[in-house]
Amino acid sequence: MNTIPERNFLNHPTGLKSWLLTLDHKRIGVMYLVGISVAFLLGGIFAVLIRLELLNPARDIMGAQTYNQIFTLHGAIMIFLFIIPGIPVALGNIVLPLLLGAKDVAFPRLNLASWYIYVVGAIMAIVAIFTGSVDTGWTFYTPYSTGTGGSVVLMTLAVFVLGFSSIFTGLNFVVTIHKLRAPGLTWFRLPLFVWGIYATAIIQILATPILGITLVLLILERVVGIGIFDPAMGGDPVLFQHFFWFYSHPAVYIMILPGMGIISELIPVFSHKRIFGYRAIAYSSFGIAFISFLVWGHHMFISGQSPLASMIFSFLTFMVAIPSGVKVFNWTATMYKGSISLETPMLYALSFLFLFTIGGLTGLFLGTLATDVHLTDTYFVVAHFHYVMMGGTVMAFLGGLHYWWPKIWGRMYNEFWAKISTALVFIGFNVTFLTQFVLGTKGMPRRYYSYLDQFQPLHFYSTVGSWILALGFVIMAIYLIRSIFNGKPAGDNPWGAATLEWTTTSPPPTENFAETPVVTHGPYDFEAAGVKPTFSR
Amino acid sequence: MDTTGTLLMPPASSTIAGDVDALFYLILYISIFFFVLVVGAALIFTLKYRRKGEAAVESQVDHSLKLEIVWTVVPVIIVVILFVLGFTVFMKMNIVPKDAIEIKVTAQRWLWTFDYPGGSNSVNELVVPAGKPIKLLMSSTDVIHSFFVPDFRVKMDVLPNRYSTAWFTAPDPGEHNLMCAEYCGKGHSEMLARVKVVSDREYTEWLQKGSGPPEGMSLEKYGEGLFTSRRCVTCHSVDGSVNVGPSFLELFGHQVYFKGGGQTVADENYIRESMLDPEAKIVDGFDPVMPTYQGILNDREIDALIVYIKSLGNQREH
Amino acid sequence: MNSDSHPAYLAHHFTDIVQQRDSAKLGMWIFIMTEILLFGGLFTAYTVYRVLNPDMFYNAHKHLDITLGTINTIVLITSSVTMALAIRSMQFARKKATLIFLLGTLALAAAFLVIKYFEYSHKIHLGQLPGRFYTFSGIEGTNPHIFFSIYFTMTGLHALHIIGGMIVISLMIFRTARNHFSSEYYTPLELTGLYWHLVDLIWIYLFPLLYLIG
Repeated sequence: MNTIPERNFLNHPTGLKSWLLTLDHKRIGVMYLVGISVAFLLGGIFAVLIRLELLNPARDIMGAQTYNQIFTLHGAIMIFLFIIPGIPVALGNIVLPLLLGAKDVAFPRLNLASWYIYVVGAIMAIVAIFTGSVDTGWTFYTPYSTGTGGSVVLMTLAVFVLGFSSIFTGLNFVVTIHKLRAPGLTWFRLPLFVWGIYATAIIQILATPILGITLVLLILERVVGIGIFDPAMGGDPVLFQHFFWFYSHPAVYIMILPGMGIISELIPVFSHKRIFGYRAIAYSSFGIAFISFLVWGHHMFISGQSPLASMIFSFLTFMVAIPSGVKVFNWTATMYKGSISLETPMLYALSFLFLFTIGGLTGLFLGTLATDVHLTDTYFVVAHFHYVMMGGTVMAFLGGLHYWWPKIWGRMYNEFWAKISTALVFIGFNVTFLTQFVLGTKGMPRRYYSYLDQFQPLHFYSTVGSWILALGFVIMAIYLIRSIFNGKPAGDNPWGAATLEWTTTSPPPTENFAETPVVTHGPYDFEAAGVKPTFSR
Repeated sequence: MDTTGTLLMPPASSTIAGDVDALFYLILYISIFFFVLVVGAALIFTLKYRRKGEAAVESQVDHSLKLEIVWTVVPVIIVVILFVLGFTVFMKMNIVPKDAIEIKVTAQRWLWTFDYPGGSNSVNELVVPAGKPIKLLMSSTDVIHSFFVPDFRVKMDVLPNRYSTAWFTAPDPGEHNLMCAEYCGKGHSEMLARVKVVSDREYTEWLQKGSGPPEGMSLEKYGEGLFTSRRCVTCHSVDGSVNVGPSFLELFGHQVYFKGGGQTVADENYIRESMLDPEAKIVDGFDPVMPTYQGILNDREIDALIVYIKSLGNQREH
Repeated sequence: MNSDSHPAYLAHHFTDIVQQRDSAKLGMWIFIMTEILLFGGLFTAYTVYRVLNPDMFYNAHKHLDITLGTINTIVLITSSVTMALAIRSMQFARKKATLIFLLGTLALAAAFLVIKYFEYSHKIHLGQLPGRFYTFSGIEGTNPHIFFSIYFTMTGLHALHIIGGMIVISLMIFRTARNHFSSEYYTPLELTGLYWHLVDLIWIYLFPLLYLIG
């Protein structure tokens, strides 16, 4: 049935108040999608500005102090307002109850509250930008952050507030997954995206409070001078780093696990084949979540921590790499003898495979103690984390966005322009960041406003890459927004997938399903679901 | 500038650099292998198994315990090897040879000072003898910095109120860049210094000389050199442009106005006081961020700088 | 839709009251875990600085009033008992008893805060304040302000949680009075109870660590 249902969650009920006071997880998800898109735009603008300044060693468009604020804000906005909430709030909220055959999440009012908390935190962060800004780097290292001017307190309070949004989302999802599954939906029939969201939620719940207390202590240090991180008062500035990274390392798995969950959905559907190694992938998500709490010291190998501690952290860091590798091998094996269709979601999944593999492998250089000494605090690290965060999570997010787009809006986007945009994003990304690995190995430190002349050619290429990347995103925004109004009606199951969300209409009705579904097969059992591979393009 | 080194690495100029680079390239080759394996397989499968119709797929094999074990155990073996190699070289980096020459390093916003055995010191220039192990005892006077010499593959954070240690042996004479690698504010990328590896004899001579103008050089010229090597140039200009600190152009002999009222004519005493006790008087419109040069500049150097600043006093034709 | 006539307290996205109650309790336990981690961070800071300054901690803690601390401990434990009794009363649909026990819990919480107020103002008077506001001079050991920084941060955060709990308990009093609960449905009371027991439990750890060193 390729028509848009007359009454769906988007057009009924109507009015601004029905959106702002909604308890429908799908509407909340759409509102979050708008929020994180704005955050991505803002963070992206700062990124383009950074790259513009770095075209030449001398001043291009801003002074050193402004540059320091710009890179701080780029990091803080991208991390706390875009990528950590990211996939769980914008896609997870919309899709999770549908995947489970449920009517909503366990606590719809808490869900709405989480959105408002997110908005309040975002507003606080934006106000902080205008009332004195922050130049500490997103990592707020002491003692620099305790003494510098600017709106550090307001910004850290904003992050503290945002942390609650993250915790409540994770809490909501865990209870939803435990209690609201449709009849027949056993644990090992769950779509792997659900496993990914679950593992993510565990980290959100357990790690975020540590960030909370770290920020409280930083604020008290600034306002009251409690001296906990101040060496002149008997405190230890490196203790801040331990507290900070105890959250922020697990946080990077909050960023990647949902992305990996999406890839686990895309590859089977677009290969029209059951995923290879379902249990391995499911267990590896939990393995990653567990080990992620034990490796924070690999951010601190040269911080003055004991060599013994560094050795233990290095060993554990290698261990956390193994489950990620296992996933990559299983995804690739899924494609073997499949029936592969290269629509945009699959192009993003393949981009993920390419880029995340590079990102993950470059982690090996950083986990190895001797090479880390040379590479840490250089552009090598900047390249590494952009490859895993952007080449990984963002590519997965875009793949998921394009995959579930027709389900959310009932309409298809323009596939031709989508492919162009994907190509520009992929090429632009590599040009921007591949060069930065070399900048790093050659000795260019990070967070540098000016640099030695010998680094200029590589910086030039990197900046040009950022323009290609930006163009790709501009095109994407245009065709996606247009499709909301003009897109071809998509029908219930345009991709030939076998998970529950494709058994209801596009867009779904407010209550998700006309009747509670009963599950009798696995999520990638296309034959049992009676779904043929789609073949139209 | 960087004409040597390999494709990816700067010149290997310390005794540990070779070990680090060998490990780096080992990891690189392993990474390339796995990258080609994964991406190659994905590409081949994409091309070979392109969707051609509505037909169901050939194979529904969806798990293999054997494969899972293989691609878990093999990577574990590889990473354990990398771990062992990594920590072996790391231990070498952390165990300082007994006979190392100890040099004290002080980092501050935004310059490096070095104190040598025997009492001499230098700013932004680390002079060491070739072929001898050098132990650096480092601390910061303000925030966390990081001592980074890419050519030596040496990096170590420099902390306030605590000492951290690093060591290296540079076998050959040459000059190398020293940079701060931990974000420390506005001048983070200006903390550029040089490591000068010289022969044993030159090092001993340099220590004895302390510091002073080479023979035949005028005091004014010496002062001009110090203006750069002691990094006054980081914050003061000589062309009238306002930076972190006031410009030296048109300074000597003119009125200076201070924060909170008060003024003076910039004479020899004022210049000298500004170097040794910068907090005493703050020029209106500037922040009290100048570090003191007490113990860093000796009297001869202060004289030379004053002469140089004097020479900039009446440049403008008016 | 599932049931035509379901109780008003059953939200529409749950199939039955058991699922709703189980979900609420699971959610509350997860929230409690986040609180344990939040305070865990502070306990870690405490441990680090106590290990670094064992003598100073011992000397500094002697200036805490053990009598008041003990009274506060008894007060909080009693309030946990009244809280549990409030829930028990509603299990038997005894609205008046529920209200009395809830009010009792509230009163005991207030008493806790009053005692804390006396402790704090005494310290402020003596200059035993955190960080750079520390002006007291009677404690041996390096950096005695560290002890008070940690004391005020931990007890302060705990007190904030007491205040939060009091607000929720007041809300529960209001809802009980308005007949929102019955012997079939009293989940919000149970959740409040869980939270309150946690606040009590945290104090039971704080008290010996701060007041009973050595």
